[in-house]
Amino acid sequence: MLAHLPILQVIVPLMAAPLCLFLTRSRLVWLFALIVSGLAFLISSLLLQQVMASGTIIYELGGWDAPWGIEYRIDQLNAFLLLIISAVSTVVLLAAHTSIKQEIPADRHTLFYILYLLSLAGMLGIVATGDAFNVFVFLEITSLSAYALIALGKDRRALWASYQYLIMGTIGATFILIGIGLMYQMTGTLNMYDLSQRLPEVAHTRTVFTAFAFVIVGVCLKLALFPLHLWLPNAYAYAPSIVTAFFAATATKVAVYLLIRFTFSVFGLSFSFTALPLQMLFMVLGLLGIFAASFAAIYQKNVKHLFAYSSIAQIGYMIVGFSVSTTAGLMATLLHMFNHALMKGALFLALAAVVYRIGSAQLSQFNGLGRQMPYTMAAIVIGGLSLIGVPLTVGFVSKWYLVLATIENGWWPVAVLILLGSLLAIVYVWRIVEAAYFKPPLAGRESIKEAPLSLLIPTWTLVIANIYFGIDTRLSVQVAQSAAQSLFGVSP
Amino acid sequence: MSISLETMLQLSIIMPVLAVVGIVATGRKPDLREGVTISTSLVLLYFVIQLYQGLKQGESISVHWWEILPGLQVSFNIEPLGMIFALIASFLWLITTIYAIGYMRSHEEKNQTRFYACFAIAIGCVMGIAFAANLFTLFIFYEVLTLSTYPLVTHAGTKEAKRGGRIYLGILLSTSIVFFLFAIVSTWFVAGTLDFTPGGVFDSSVNLTVAGAILVLFIFGIGKAAIMPFHRWLPAAMVAPTPVSALLHAVAVVKAGVFTVLKVCVLIFGVDLLAVLPTTQFLLYLAGASVLLASLVAMRQDNLKARLAYSTVSQLGYVTIGALLATSSGVIGSSMHIGMHAFGKITLFFCAGAILVAAHKSKISEMRGIGLQMPITMAAFFIASLSIIGVPPTGGTWSKWFLLMGSMETEQWTIMIILMLSSLLNIAYLLPIPLRAFFSGKETAFAGAGIKEAPLPSLIALCITTVGCVILFVYPQPLYELATAIAATPGLAHGE
Repeated sequence: MLAHLPILQVIVPLMAAPLCLFLTRSRLVWLFALIVSGLAFLISSLLLQQVMASGTIIYELGGWDAPWGIEYRIDQLNAFLLLIISAVSTVVLLAAHTSIKQEIPADRHTLFYILYLLSLAGMLGIVATGDAFNVFVFLEITSLSAYALIALGKDRRALWASYQYLIMGTIGATFILIGIGLMYQMTGTLNMYDLSQRLPEVAHTRTVFTAFAFVIVGVCLKLALFPLHLWLPNAYAYAPSIVTAFFAATATKVAVYLLIRFTFSVFGLSFSFTALPLQMLFMVLGLLGIFAASFAAIYQKNVKHLFAYSSIAQIGYMIVGFSVSTTAGLMATLLHMFNHALMKGALFLALAAVVYRIGSAQLSQFNGLGRQMPYTMAAIVIGGLSLIGVPLTVGFVSKWYLVLATIENGWWPVAVLILLGSLLAIVYVWRIVEAAYFKPPLAGRESIKEAPLSLLIPTWTLVIANIYFGIDTRLSVQVAQSAAQSLFGVSP
Repeated sequence: MSISLETMLQLSIIMPVLAVVGIVATGRKPDLREGVTISTSLVLLYFVIQLYQGLKQGESISVHWWEILPGLQVSFNIEPLGMIFALIASFLWLITTIYAIGYMRSHEEKNQTRFYACFAIAIGCVMGIAFAANLFTLFIFYEVLTLSTYPLVTHAGTKEAKRGGRIYLGILLSTSIVFFLFAIVSTWFVAGTLDFTPGGVFDSSVNLTVAGAILVLFIFGIGKAAIMPFHRWLPAAMVAPTPVSALLHAVAVVKAGVFTVLKVCVLIFGVDLLAVLPTTQFLLYLAGASVLLASLVAMRQDNLKARLAYSTVSQLGYVTIGALLATSSGVIGSSMHIGMHAFGKITLFFCAGAILVAAHKSKISEMRGIGLQMPITMAAFFIASLSIIGVPPTGGTWSKWFLLMGSMETEQWTIMIILMLSSLLNIAYLLPIPLRAFFSGKETAFAGAGIKEAPLPSLIALCITTVGCVILFVYPQPLYELATAIAATPGLAHGE
């Protein structure tokens, strides 16, 4: 059983998804999906434990040897990501039942859970697999279910947002597919490890450069790197709140994972960072993303939009860490992936609670909520402080490592810019705080009550995680460090 | 007593925070709620005094909590400078609580439970800052202090309070994130440690330009020290209720700032290094300019609290100057000034609040002749003003004396002139207030109105701090001994 964990990680939610069809009652399906996601979480914890104890796990699908058959390859990096995804997914699902009651028509609840599990399976698959083509397959599973999930949003603009995402996402996926195809043409293999062995021989060819360019651009579309981020704000804003919470915390992380995997493991560090001016390019785009998106966030009227832009800015931080291309920089990126999942998970769940009560996420509707929904707003404040990077929250941990990594590399101005960027976070977070705490409730809103426990508990689970992992960083720092080190160790 | 000193050290940080639970639980019964605050502050004062005794007997008291990031521990220890700060803050918390009972009730402030709760958290943070054994621990409490005082500043919940809160949080968080945090990470990168070490953490091979740049980042980053041009938050914070202005913005928060400056100068850089850094001179002039300009601005303020706030900005400059002078007299003067100014300024704020409560006046121009109505308050105001100016028989004399000595020893003539000029300005903007209150020269609205002082608890509190100003002149030994111990531990710094 334990030996089959890598495949179980993916297959359990994948198989469970269609089974939902047999359970027609909303509450039953919810419980079932919750259990499945919980199982996935359990499996990923076990996997992480195994990997940390005894190194990379290689699992051959159907017993076929690697270059011919598909292999799942779990190292510290994958295991870390699997844990983040399955953990957030479980906590978010906890809140799903209450939240979707208001936001999704009852006859579509089963569909919602099916799509949710499918996209979960897809993300876990992308991360777990060691096969480049398999990545594409799972990417499509995730994306297709994501399009449908976003389209479930109550607002009619959700359809348009979903359509935008569909177009951009498909272009991204196609680019990745073209890249993989070109690589296959040059090396005759789809196995990532095998690719990394064979690519250096043909590294000087134009085809490999082209393949690299296609893959990178495709992945960057998926991770909403500035200026390829245009699909994200609307998709996040108009999707059902639960979907936003799930995707904001996980989907972009998966794309960042792909970026790291392709540049560090498949193409190799020397090819990725010396053959092309990638380092410079990513640094500049990352910083531009931080500032452009943070400024955009300041001017948003819808809080979901606001945090969506903030997500783009946070991706900027991850990309800057990545562009440093040292162990410290990569470690900062990995830490921020973990930490950002916690922050945005908490924030969007709290927003789900707000939407549950007042049916809107417009900032102008937040007036007076500080008194009416004290726990929900406190969650937003703490999540916001974490975004700003105040000590004792996870945001501080990421910032510390990111600044340290840039300084170690001699990039003093970048370090300053990173810190300046976090000031913008103060501005947009404080707009919410001032609306909620300093303005009287709107007319006719005096009777708004605190959100139900079924929403508060998951929200506060993540809020407490924000503080806990800001104080006790052993798990996140250790895993991120060993993952970063192993990536530098294996790269040629 | 069976509690070990280590436990007391930890309790002095945790207890005020735990008291919040009690304060919130008893929120509906004001008498009980204030009882919780007062008993907590009494116990806290007891602990701090015990720790002081321990320090005097030469015991080394230190506690490690846990490692937040590899190599970066949350840990605490007791050293003389922190002791000064802790003693002052814990004693004045007790006095301020007594004052607040009178003030908040007769002023009919809302949300008093939140007020006392945030106050207690802030004091816990101050203790954390005072006892922090490294820069990292200090930074954590420094930031939490900013956040926990934000609800106090914006207590009124009005538009004005919101604007004040914005400036307050904006400046304090921005400077701490962009400059202070950057300086800390740089120090960690260059020196490999953030522990407060006698003689400093940088070794002799450190690049002077880099270290000089880090020093500038520190001085700019410690926004709570209110060096111009990062002082705007302090006048903005005056929208808070008077007890907050008194304890937090004359004592706890601002003193946390200059305390941090002093600690960084003495225990991170070390005076030897400080003296040779290329940027020290520039920063000295900046602090000097801050002293002088703030005094000038203070003269033009008609709102009493605003005038006091600018006076604080100016007085904080003294402490920074003393630290940057990098001599033992400078350090002694600075550390003593932390205490002397605390007593003087808190008294002045207490008086300002008393006037507001009893006579509903906040403008200086309206206070002509008020001495007839509030003789005790205005007498206290007079004595406290003397202490700020630095003339006998008040404590302020000593700290200014040492600061002047320090500037002479280092032949910083400009700084010396600035210090003396500023004292003259202090006279010009402080003394007219009590003098006109008593000798208005013409009939005022207060004549014949009879004596009507502030509520008794407030009056008692302000008398205690006034007496404190005088006692510190007659008997400054404890403060002086601690201050010399600071100057001696770093060996200034040949000894080590």
